[in-house]
Amino acid sequence: MPVTLEKIPGQEERVILNMGPQHPSTHGVLRLVLELEGETVVRSLYDIGYLHTGFEKSFEAKTYTQCITLTDRMDYLAPLSNNLGFCLATEKLLELEIPPTAQWIRVLLTELTRIQSHLVWLGSHAIDLGAMSVFLYCFREREILETIFENVAGQRMMTSYFRVGGLAVEPPLGWLKPVEKFVREFPDHLREYEDLLTKNPIWLERTVGVGKVSAEDAVAIGLSGPSLRGSGVKWDIRKNQPYSSYEKFEFDVPTRSEGDVYARYLVRLEEMRQSLRIVRQAIDGMPEGRVRANAPHIVMPDREEMKTSIEGLIYHFKLVTEGFHPPIGEVYQAIESPRGELGFYMVSDGSPKPFRCHVRAPSFANLQSLGKMIEGRLIADVVACIGSIDIILGEVDR
Amino acid sequence: MATLSDTELFLLVTMIKIAVVMFVLMTTVAYLSWLERKVVAHIQSRWGPYLVGPHGLLQPLADGVKFLFKEDIVPLEVDRVVYWLAPFLSFALAFLSIAVIPFGGTFTIQGRTFNFQITDVNVGLLFIFAVTSLGVYSIVLAGWSANSKYSFFGGLRSSAQMISYETAMGLAVVGTLMIAGTLSLRGIVDGQSGTWVIGTFNTYLPRWNIFVQPVGFFVYLTAAVAETNRIPFDLPEGEAEYSNMVTVSCLATLLFFGGWHGPLFGPGWLRMLLPIFWFCLKVFCFLFFYIWMRGTLPRFRYDQLMSFGWKFLLPLGLLNVLATSFVVAWLSA
Repeated sequence: MPVTLEKIPGQEERVILNMGPQHPSTHGVLRLVLELEGETVVRSLYDIGYLHTGFEKSFEAKTYTQCITLTDRMDYLAPLSNNLGFCLATEKLLELEIPPTAQWIRVLLTELTRIQSHLVWLGSHAIDLGAMSVFLYCFREREILETIFENVAGQRMMTSYFRVGGLAVEPPLGWLKPVEKFVREFPDHLREYEDLLTKNPIWLERTVGVGKVSAEDAVAIGLSGPSLRGSGVKWDIRKNQPYSSYEKFEFDVPTRSEGDVYARYLVRLEEMRQSLRIVRQAIDGMPEGRVRANAPHIVMPDREEMKTSIEGLIYHFKLVTEGFHPPIGEVYQAIESPRGELGFYMVSDGSPKPFRCHVRAPSFANLQSLGKMIEGRLIADVVACIGSIDIILGEVDR
Repeated sequence: MATLSDTELFLLVTMIKIAVVMFVLMTTVAYLSWLERKVVAHIQSRWGPYLVGPHGLLQPLADGVKFLFKEDIVPLEVDRVVYWLAPFLSFALAFLSIAVIPFGGTFTIQGRTFNFQITDVNVGLLFIFAVTSLGVYSIVLAGWSANSKYSFFGGLRSSAQMISYETAMGLAVVGTLMIAGTLSLRGIVDGQSGTWVIGTFNTYLPRWNIFVQPVGFFVYLTAAVAETNRIPFDLPEGEAEYSNMVTVSCLATLLFFGGWHGPLFGPGWLRMLLPIFWFCLKVFCFLFFYIWMRGTLPRFRYDQLMSFGWKFLLPLGLLNVLATSFVVAWLSA
């Protein structure tokens, strides 16, 4: 029996409205129960779990390398960020040093992922508020990025491209060409979206002052990512706890103090520009060298080595049949995913499979702010608010 | 051919007119959906329908066939009579208003003159307003009969929206009525023939109402978009909107853009048919504008829409009426 709100005695004329899990504006399978006074939301209750797949439990039954494919599917709009979070946590456990080329490619690809994820967000947010064309423009540009990912990793969405110790394979020759083209052309496209939305009076009417979250509330709820920065808190893990050599890149952390839907919109747009800056730097300063660490007991040997040397063959056999053994211990590694703080808390008992892997999913924490945003506002604002948090239900339910 | 009596001729011509107008309107409505899909698709860098026939031109036909073969699903808890009645009402009313719309000058058969119009009612404008405002019923009934909270909200919102924008729309056309001094649509258009002459200086600008009633036109256009439930006012979406779109576009053409008036040239038959062409062209421009807007704008929230209607459009319409009446009184004095 699904959960629902009970009517308060004396307030029987209020309507209890079920929204979702199939409602197109709940971005997946979020179910909301709203108590309405007229069209104003008085109380709300969210019901999650419609996309529960048991990722965290599944981690315990798979080797570390196998786990990477699962992380793609949690936040299916930012698979490379999830790959990165998982690999970094495991590498922290192993105290493994990654060659700079691999780190730079990782940074480049995760920033492209951020742009790609924000594009999907912008498109669906805009279509929720009736601006149909922006949706298709965003998907047009996203297609270019997906092609880049496919070119590099062989897959459009479920990339699984990062491995513990580096990358799965070296990217193909000339793979930076389309990236450079994208970096050149994308600012114009961004301007195009802004022409349609940023100063549009109807867009302003729908977003300014809607779904306000104060900085104190944002911190108390545990908001992170653009939603937090939209409330004026300058916190970005890429800057505050740099990982994967982000400290070597120059970029700004955009913040807005208003804390409304419009502020979050502006922050995300600016983030895309900053990501573009990082990508440009990554292209310009891409170091030469190997893309996998020199750690034969962890990283798969090259095909050539496996075929010609006995050590290579043995390592290959051991890694494929058994996997690698990290030392006993526990680590927490967080990254700044497009949605906020994506953390992996990993416990190892020395076996080739994680003893426990908990994911601190940004969408899950961010979703908590929805109640604060929508109570006392109209139903139409609920749609705008859900869109502005940018949740991915796969990540919420895990 | 034996000569027909006047009554017989009148009946025959009227029947033919009705048949032709209905045919054209139905086709227009069907192809408007094709046009909308194509135009919006190209705005959004897509192709739109292109598989059924060249450029997807047979798509409306295919859609129609599909609808005919589709199973009608009636939810269990609905009020059946009303559930069936609402769409009928909506379509019937949408088509009814076309009866008084003139789309050209006159033609002569056997020495008798006929209008390019099904019937010239001397209160044509009032008739259209009466019929379109009845359209609210179809929406309320549809929202009510489906017995679902969502459609109920939609129906309520939509009817509130239509009623409030009806007033603004009514006020917007009052200015043109004062200038024309008649409620007959034909009369209003006749008043817009020729060019503006200031003193003895011929401006060569067509004598269209848009040049003296820009505010009225703005209010009318905005209210008309809301009235037909199009973006950015499209809280509830429905497809009977197409024929309503045609009606309000026709009305905008008649009231503000000189109806069928345009340059005439060539032999007699061309001079007779050109007005119809100009009329259709102007209407088409409005329809295109509607579709264009759909590809560009986001949507208003319900309360914002209401306050826009009541607090901005309505006062603006009133001011326009006031200003126009002063000018008209001053000129006639």
